[in-house]
Amino acid sequence: MSAKAPLPRPGATLDITDAVCPLTFVKAKVALEDLEAGQVISIRLNDGEPAQNLPRSLKDEGHAVLGLTDNGDGTFALLVRKGPA
Amino acid sequence: MTTDYKALKDGGFMRQIQKDRFSLRLKVVGGHLSSGQLRAVSDAADRFGSGHVHLTSRQGLEIPFIALADIEAVKEYLAQHGVEAGVCGPRVRTVTACQGAGVCPSGCIDTMALARRISERYFGRVLPHKFKFGVTGCRNNCLKAEENDLGVKGGYAVRWLSGPCSLCGVCAKACREGAISVGEREVSLDARKCNHCGRCVKACPTEAWEGQSGFLVSFGGLFGNRIAQGRGLLGLLTDAEDVLRISDAALDFFDRHGRPGERFRTVVERVGWEGLAEAVGGRP
Repeated sequence: MSAKAPLPRPGATLDITDAVCPLTFVKAKVALEDLEAGQVISIRLNDGEPAQNLPRSLKDEGHAVLGLTDNGDGTFALLVRKGPA
Repeated sequence: MTTDYKALKDGGFMRQIQKDRFSLRLKVVGGHLSSGQLRAVSDAADRFGSGHVHLTSRQGLEIPFIALADIEAVKEYLAQHGVEAGVCGPRVRTVTACQGAGVCPSGCIDTMALARRISERYFGRVLPHKFKFGVTGCRNNCLKAEENDLGVKGGYAVRWLSGPCSLCGVCAKACREGAISVGEREVSLDARKCNHCGRCVKACPTEAWEGQSGFLVSFGGLFGNRIAQGRGLLGLLTDAEDVLRISDAALDFFDRHGRPGERFRTVVERVGWEGLAEAVGGRP
């Protein structure tokens, strides 16, 4: 990696800052199920457990995690491309 | 004929408060039993016990309420089905383990393979006092490694690979020690903060963290009359043979310095942590 590549624009968004584990994962999983393979979603989630664990959970589900950006307000934006079905 | 209660206890039969009734401790390694073994234990509890089984605090099984007269018969019955008696008294006890990398997504080591090797090598070995081994697959420590006389915890020696990295930032967030920082062009690891948990390896979406499995060994844990946390004297060991070599050295140290009835921890404190560290090739 020579430098940070520009991130793709998301085709969908989801806010799970009102949810706690395990509903954070459930909500993200349900939202991804509604997408087509290859579509990109931006998920707004809280710092702490969701930011630490959701990227790994979605990776284990076969999706591509593209970026985790600090929004600067105690939340993060997780950019995910839906994996092949 | 007088009953040799000590011999019975050595062979896994625990005397109950009820006269001439014994609870038979069974040999279990890492909490793992086949369904066939479990059926045999179930049948034995019906035939020779009172129809129930006790799950012990260290992943063991006991069949209570066995009559003195049935002791040989129950052992023979269980042996036919691949179930052995456990041990009590001053010796190496049940080796406990979590399911580890063979089953658990968090696991960093094959705990079951190591537990079996430890058990084959030491189970029942006579020492100045009881000696407990426990193997846990990762830093989540479901098996409470530091409660054991010798505990083993799985971890990863980690290395960042620039090639596959997308600089997404997931690893820096997954790391609970704040050891990782993501720059504009590269990711850096503060090795002094890294605790070998391997969360960066598990979380990385692009396989840009390479993890080599390893073992963190702790010595002198107690969780009974006295409670004391086992201490690490060595860094991450990446060869299982080293774990066995170090275990050999720790047990020899216990054998050489221990007085009858003295736990390993007490011996180490009396002789000095430096002495044990020297014996196992570590730092106090």
